[in-house]
Amino acid sequence: MSVEIKTTSVEPIRNTYSAIARRFGDKPATRYQEASFDLAATTNFHYRPLWDPKRTLNDPTRTALRMEDWYAVTDPRQFFYGAYVGNRAKMQEAAESSFAFCDKRNLLTRLPEETQKQLLRLLVPFRHVALGANMNNSKIAGDSTATTVSQMHMFAATDHLGMGQYLSRIALLLDGSTGTALDESKTYWMDDELWQPLRKLVEGILVVDDWFEITLVQNVLLDGLMYPLVYDRMDAWFGEQGAEDISMLTEFQRDWYKESLRWTNAMIKTVVAESGRNREQVQSWVKNWEPMVYEALKPIAQATTGLDALDELRAELSVRLKKAGLESTGVQA
Amino acid sequence: MASKNKKLNLKDKYQYLTRDMAWEPTYEKHEDIYPDESFEGIKILNWDQWEDPFRLTMDTYWKYQAEKEKKLYAIFDAFAQNNGQQNITDARYVNALKLFLSGISPVEYAAYQGYARVGRQFSGAGARVACQMQAIDELRHAQTQQHAMSHYNKHFNGLHDASYQHDRVWFLSVPKSFFDDARSAGPFEFLTAISFSFEYVLTNLLFVPFMSGAAYNGDMATVTFGFSAQSDEARHMTLGLEVIKFILEQHEDNVPIIQKWVDKWFWRGFRLLSLVGMMMDYMLPNKVMSWAEAWEMYYEQSGGALFKDLERYGIRPPKYQDVANAAKNHSSHQTWATFYQYSQATNFHTWMPQEDEMAWLSEKYPETFDKYYRDRFEHWDKEQKKGNRFYNNTLPQLCQVCQIPNIMTEKDDPTVFSHRQVKHEGERYHFCSDGCCDIFKNEPEKYIQAWLPVHQIYQGNCGGADVATVVEKYYHIVPGVDNMEYLGSPDHQRWLDIKGLKPLSTSRQKKTAA
Amino acid sequence: MSQKVFMAFQDNDNARYLVEAIVTDNPEAEVQHSPAMIRITAEKRLVINRETMEETLGRDWEVQEMLLEVISIGGNVDEDDDHFIVSWN
Repeated sequence: MSVEIKTTSVEPIRNTYSAIARRFGDKPATRYQEASFDLAATTNFHYRPLWDPKRTLNDPTRTALRMEDWYAVTDPRQFFYGAYVGNRAKMQEAAESSFAFCDKRNLLTRLPEETQKQLLRLLVPFRHVALGANMNNSKIAGDSTATTVSQMHMFAATDHLGMGQYLSRIALLLDGSTGTALDESKTYWMDDELWQPLRKLVEGILVVDDWFEITLVQNVLLDGLMYPLVYDRMDAWFGEQGAEDISMLTEFQRDWYKESLRWTNAMIKTVVAESGRNREQVQSWVKNWEPMVYEALKPIAQATTGLDALDELRAELSVRLKKAGLESTGVQA
Repeated sequence: MASKNKKLNLKDKYQYLTRDMAWEPTYEKHEDIYPDESFEGIKILNWDQWEDPFRLTMDTYWKYQAEKEKKLYAIFDAFAQNNGQQNITDARYVNALKLFLSGISPVEYAAYQGYARVGRQFSGAGARVACQMQAIDELRHAQTQQHAMSHYNKHFNGLHDASYQHDRVWFLSVPKSFFDDARSAGPFEFLTAISFSFEYVLTNLLFVPFMSGAAYNGDMATVTFGFSAQSDEARHMTLGLEVIKFILEQHEDNVPIIQKWVDKWFWRGFRLLSLVGMMMDYMLPNKVMSWAEAWEMYYEQSGGALFKDLERYGIRPPKYQDVANAAKNHSSHQTWATFYQYSQATNFHTWMPQEDEMAWLSEKYPETFDKYYRDRFEHWDKEQKKGNRFYNNTLPQLCQVCQIPNIMTEKDDPTVFSHRQVKHEGERYHFCSDGCCDIFKNEPEKYIQAWLPVHQIYQGNCGGADVATVVEKYYHIVPGVDNMEYLGSPDHQRWLDIKGLKPLSTSRQKKTAA
Repeated sequence: MSQKVFMAFQDNDNARYLVEAIVTDNPEAEVQHSPAMIRITAEKRLVINRETMEETLGRDWEVQEMLLEVISIGGNVDEDDDHFIVSWN
C-alpha cells in the first residue's frame, strides 16, 4: 500500500513559482526564468532615498522611457549569474593561455621600440574607457528595475572591468611588470590631444542621470563604433605595423563584442517598439550623442586606420539602428 | 623597455589592474560625477589609503566562481533527480525554508541593487570595485536560492510567491524595511549598515544557523547553496571591516557619525535576527545549538573581540548591547509565541513543540523557559488537542522602526512588555524599545514614512477590510494550505504519505485545519 | 579579555589539507567540527602559509584558492602571495 502512495507523493504539486506561472503558465520553468523574473521589489517601499527624495526606491521613472513591463526586455543569451560566470570562465581560460604564451616567448618585448610605443599610445589607454563603462553599467544595474535588464548591465560592468584589466596587462607585458608603461600610457589619456575628445565624452557620460540614456550611449553608440574600430580595424592596422601578435591578446574583446550585440540589439528593439513616445525619446538621444561619439573617435582613427574605416563603421551602426526603427543623422548608410 | 618579465605580487598587480585605470576628471567637476559622496558628512582625505580586501581580478573571479557554481548546480540536479526532499528529517523543517525564501532571498536581491549603486557612487575606484563584486555576488545568492528552493516549491506549499509576499506580508516588512532603510541612506551609511553591521557583525548568526540546521536536517540543497554563498561572504566580511577602519582612519570627525550608525544598525540587525532565533529554537526538528548559544559564540565572543579591536579608533560597543545580550534567553520564545498566534497570516505553518523539544528548551534555557514560557505553550497544546487551536484575531501594534509587533519585554522584567512612545508633530509613534525609539528620534522625518502593514490594513490599502481577505487576495497565501497549524496540513499529509505513515485521527485534523 | 580570531571552512576534502596546514603552523589553534563545517579558533592570530600548504598538498598552491573553501572569518585580514593572516591588534 505504501508503495502506491509513495508514487503519488513524488508527483509535484506545482511546476514552478507563482510569479513565473503567471507569466509563462504552470509548467516546468528554465533556470533563467526562475532567476530573472519578478525578483525585484515593486511596491510598498518604506523610505524615500536621501540621494533622490523625489522618487522611491526601485522607481521606474529613473529613465524617461516608459514600459508597460520592463521584463519584456530579456537576454537572448539567457544569462543568469551561473551561466554568466561559466561562460566567462571559459573565455578567460583562453585569454590566460594567450597571455602566458606571449609572456613566455617575449612576443611583445621583441617588437620594435616604436611599435611598443604605439601600443601604449593607441591601444592601452582604452582601459580608461573601460573603467568609465564599468561605472556606467554599475549605475544602470542599480537604477533599472527589472532583473532581466539589471543583470545584463551588472554583467557588462564586470566584463568591462575585466577587459580593462586585460588591456592593462598588455602594458605590464611591455614594461616587465614595473608599471612604467602604464604610467606612460596614462599620460596620453590625460594630456595627448589625440585622446582628449574621447576623454571629454567619457566624462560627459558619467554625469548623465537617465539610465537608459546611459546604456544607449555607452553600450550601443560608443561600444558600437569603438569595439569594431579598435579590435577589428585597428587590430588589422597593428598587424600591418608588425604587431600581429597583439591580436591574440584582444581575442576576448572581439568575442565579447560579438556576443554583446545580441542583448543590446534585443533591448533597443523592444524598448523602441513599445511606443511612439519611447521611439522619439531614444531617437533624440541618438541624434544628440551619435555625432559626439563619432567626433570623439575621429582623431584615433585618423592616427591609425584612417577616417574611412570609421565612416564605414558609422554606416554599419546606422544600419543596425535602423533595424530597431532608429535613424542616425549625418551618415550615408 | 625591460625585457624580463617577473611575476607580480598580488598587491601590486591588483593596484595596477584596478585603481590605476581611474583618473581625476578635468572636463567635468568631481562633485558632478560623484554627487552622493559628501552629503552624509563623512570626510575622505585620501582614497589611495583604501586597503583592498581580497585582491581578485576579474579573470580569477570568473574562474573561482564558475568552479563553485559548477559544483553547486551538479548537486541541485542530483537533489531534484533523487527527490532529495524525501530525505529531510521532517516536513516541519521546510517551514524554515519558507521563512528563508520570503524573508532573506529578497533582501539578497536588495543588497545586489544597493551594492551596484554604491559601486558607482564612490570616487575611490578600489572601493567601487569591491562593492561591484559584492553586488554581483549578492545577485548570485538571490538566484541560487531560487534554484535551491525550486524543487521544494514543487513538493511543499508556502514557497510559491516569495518575492511578491516580501513586498506585502506583515512580518516581512521587518527585513524589507531594514534593507529599504539602508538603501535609502547615503553610500557610507549603506556600507556601515550592510557591510559592517550586518555582514561582519551579524551575518554568522544568520547563515551558520540556517546552514548547519540544513545539514542537521538532511537538506542537501540548502547546505550546499548556503556554504557556497558563505564562501563569498568571507570576502564580504573582510570588506566590512576594511570599510569601517578606512572611514575611521580618514578623519576624526567621522568617528561620532560612524558610532551613531553602528548603534543604529546593530540594534536593527539584532531585532531582525529575532526571526532567526525562532527558526533555530522552534523550526528545526533536529536542533544544532540554541539561539542563546549562537548569540554567545557569534556575538558576545566574536563581537567582543571586534569591538575591542576598534577601541583604538574611539569606537565603543553598540549602545543597548546589554539589552540584546539579556534578550538572548527570551526573544526566540516570544517570537515563536507570536507567530503561533498569528499563523493564519503567515506563509508558513506553526506548531507547538513536542515533549522532547520542550525538554530541550528547558535544558537550553534553564533560567527562562520553564519559568516564563512552558505553561503557556502547554496550555495552547492542550487546547489544540481539544480542538481549540488558538489564533489571535486582533491585529498587533507594530514598532514604528523595526516593525516587529510590540511583543518583546523589558530587560529587567520579562513579564512586562517593553513599550516606548514619542510625539512628533502632533502624532504619537510607538516603539518596541529604547533602541528603536532612539533611531526614530535621530531621523524622525525618515521613520514617519514607514509602510506599517497593520496601519495599511486598517486604512484599506491591502485589498480588504478583514484579515482573511487580505491574506488570501493581497498576500497570495492560500488559507489552511500555505499557513496555519502544521498538524493536519496538506504538507503534513504529504509527508506522512512519503514516509508511508498513517495520518493522525481525522477528528484532530479537521479541527486543526479549520 | 580573550580576543579570539577564527576561520571556518566547509567540511570537504580540500579543507582537510587546509586544516592540517593551519594546525602545523598554529599549534595552539583549536579545531571544532560542526555539521558540515570546521571552525578553527586561536588567540589573536591565525596564519595560513603557502609554503606549508604546498608541502601538505604536494603541489603549487595559490593563497586565493582558500576562497573556495572558507565560509567565515573573524579578525583583520592580511593577505599576500605567501600567506593569509587573520589577527586582532
